[in-house]
Amino acid sequence: MHKKECIAMILAGGQGSRLGTLTKKLAKPAVPFGGKYRIIDFTLSNCCHSDIDTVGVVTQYKPLVLNSYIGTGAPWNLDSKDGGVTVLPPYVKELGGEWYKGTANAIYQNIDFIDHYHPEYVLILSGDHIYKMDYALMLDAHIKKQAHGTISVIEVPLDEASRFGIMNTNEQDQIIEFDEKPQYPKNNLASMGIYIFNWQLLKKYLEEDDADPSSSHDFGKNIIPKMLQGDQRMFAYRFSGYWKDVGTIESYWEANMDLLSDYPELDLYDRNWRIYSVNPTQPPNYIAPSADIRRSLINEGCQIHGEVENSVIFPGVYVGPGSRVVDSVLMPYVKVGANVTIKKSIIGEHTVIRRNSAVGYQEMEDLFRSSSERSITVVSEGMDLPQGTKIPKGLLFDQDIV
Amino acid sequence: MGDLMGIVNNTKSGTLLKELSDNRYTAAVPFGGRYRMIDFVLSNMVNSGVRNVGILVQDKYRSLMDHLRSGKEWGLARKRDGLFILTPPYHDSIRKGDLDNFHCNREYLEKSHQKYVVVSGSNIVCNINYMDALHFHKQYGGDITVLYTEENTSTADLGNATVLSMNADGQILSMEVSPNKPKSNLISMDMMIMEKSLLIDLIDEAISKGGHDFLMDCIIRNLPRLKVFGYHHPGYVGRIHSVQSYFKHNMDLLHTDIWEEIFLKGGPIYTKVKDQGPVKYMDSAIVKNSLIANGCIIEGTVENSILFRGVRVHKGAIIKDSIILQYCEIDAKSELKHIILDKDVHVTQNNKLRGSMEYPIIVEKNTSL
Repeated sequence: MHKKECIAMILAGGQGSRLGTLTKKLAKPAVPFGGKYRIIDFTLSNCCHSDIDTVGVVTQYKPLVLNSYIGTGAPWNLDSKDGGVTVLPPYVKELGGEWYKGTANAIYQNIDFIDHYHPEYVLILSGDHIYKMDYALMLDAHIKKQAHGTISVIEVPLDEASRFGIMNTNEQDQIIEFDEKPQYPKNNLASMGIYIFNWQLLKKYLEEDDADPSSSHDFGKNIIPKMLQGDQRMFAYRFSGYWKDVGTIESYWEANMDLLSDYPELDLYDRNWRIYSVNPTQPPNYIAPSADIRRSLINEGCQIHGEVENSVIFPGVYVGPGSRVVDSVLMPYVKVGANVTIKKSIIGEHTVIRRNSAVGYQEMEDLFRSSSERSITVVSEGMDLPQGTKIPKGLLFDQDIV
Repeated sequence: MGDLMGIVNNTKSGTLLKELSDNRYTAAVPFGGRYRMIDFVLSNMVNSGVRNVGILVQDKYRSLMDHLRSGKEWGLARKRDGLFILTPPYHDSIRKGDLDNFHCNREYLEKSHQKYVVVSGSNIVCNINYMDALHFHKQYGGDITVLYTEENTSTADLGNATVLSMNADGQILSMEVSPNKPKSNLISMDMMIMEKSLLIDLIDEAISKGGHDFLMDCIIRNLPRLKVFGYHHPGYVGRIHSVQSYFKHNMDLLHTDIWEEIFLKGGPIYTKVKDQGPVKYMDSAIVKNSLIANGCIIEGTVENSILFRGVRVHKGAIIKDSIILQYCEIDAKSELKHIILDKDVHVTQNNKLRGSMEYPIIVEKNTSL
């Protein structure tokens, strides 16, 4: 096995429970996003464009869809002979096995995998962020500054800083203090959950952390503060550009809608930085004479007979005549019959909505009520809504309700 | 499954598609928004369980090789069998016929372990499962089964067609290539099934008699002594042999029943993946009755047209009844009607181009207007 300079570990085991019914059957990194992708495509494509050819994907929660999606890694050029992508679920050892107890523990349990490649550096990534980033530049900065650890940071508005892990730095961007969700933030550099460590050093900290029964085995809460206490050289690496953690239904919906502006910050059409994904093998979309489409993303295999406005439509979707889809996300193979209205909704994969139905429906008198409750309607995957179904605005509609 | 191999014969189609086939085969001519002609026959073979496909090439095959690569997109990058590019014989004499290509790749045929072979041209757009035809072939016990389609002679375009005459038992008695007065409305799909050993015998025999043309010398000449049956394919068949038929069969895909038959009902049609983003329809876009491939960004008006991957249509541009190949850019206030733009054409502001239904104008690759 060749010695690798840097390998990547993608943490993809999170449940993403705040995405509710969207993650009922699959892990958050596998949730469809942006018309033709799954969330993890962005991180995997970044690896590919950053010349990182060895990637471990740590999975735990409902990994079936994610595992089969990643497959051999060929869509991201990760089906190489030497390295490539490896899916890493928890496994049983001589003295039994256990689940991954935290982000740091997930890496600790895969020390053997990493050691196998003798890397100088390890890049720790999260599988549930939407962004384009050249990790090679971050690695260059890490090496140039002779850092022991480098944390990628993004500037956030100061009044929102208390939602993030904040890095307090000196003039050289060396981190002097780490504040996890500070009430009174002193800085606006938020951690993006992207780290580069010198592997031998990280290994030592992971082993110590594992031996500490009071630790919650988390990078942000335990490993980073310990390294700072241990006077390791830790630097912040400033990233600018689009970066989004689609952790909630609202932020998921917003991130999809972000793509509909005239010149979105996240450019999906850059020929030098394509976002790779598994191809659905579908024909070009067909737009019927009766269709009316404005400000929308529509994918291969779609057949549109109705009106689509300000929406993101995944592959293989059918929208019947007389139907109107507004401000919505329709996941792959959703079928919408005739005369259906869908407003500000997220419709899960393979769901059928038969004719004369209304989703995200709002009674007239509701318009005058205070709108403190949820405004986005979600219909779970694989549902079959009979004709004339009315789903009121803000409902999370799944099998349990039926 | 497992006992059928495929041969795609690309060697005959030359310059029928004018500028579109200037520097590429008909097999490599883009079709249907994101495909090339060969994708249809190749996908049909793969969807029928064929795992060993030889592709006969003549010249100008760079763009075809670039498209096919290892055959991975069709599931043909395999340890055993897979995709084989069968190159032409090396001699500098004038190209005589496709039979020489068959003959010089005889060893590939011999080494292949399948019992049956389907030989197909690559200028047919259809979605067919060869297993049904193979089953028919075995059941009828003929030497060769030729796949055919029934066309309406009054409306169909029979140019360059091979017309069959069959008796009541379905046996083919004669085949005529582009006859002036067709004797029937039964048109060969340029696809046939036979035992591989028979194919090798027919090639050897025809070569020893000085033949050069596969269809003429191996099949038509042997019609009197072989039992050749016709197998009727009832579905949609688009035979691309001229600019007019290219235009017509592209536009046929705007009928949802044909779009569904070709792309959704049978097996999928595979092609080289380009990883393009979704189609972006902007506020000012007006799109009606059109087929739009991924990677397009549309601000203008598009009607009754087919847009390939990565086309940009700027505000105020109007495209009607046209076929726009990949990465073309149509600037503001341009108007196109009955136009075929080859790859990477840039139509600058205020340009107005107009062809006609019967004679669409073709604009060459990489031009700027």
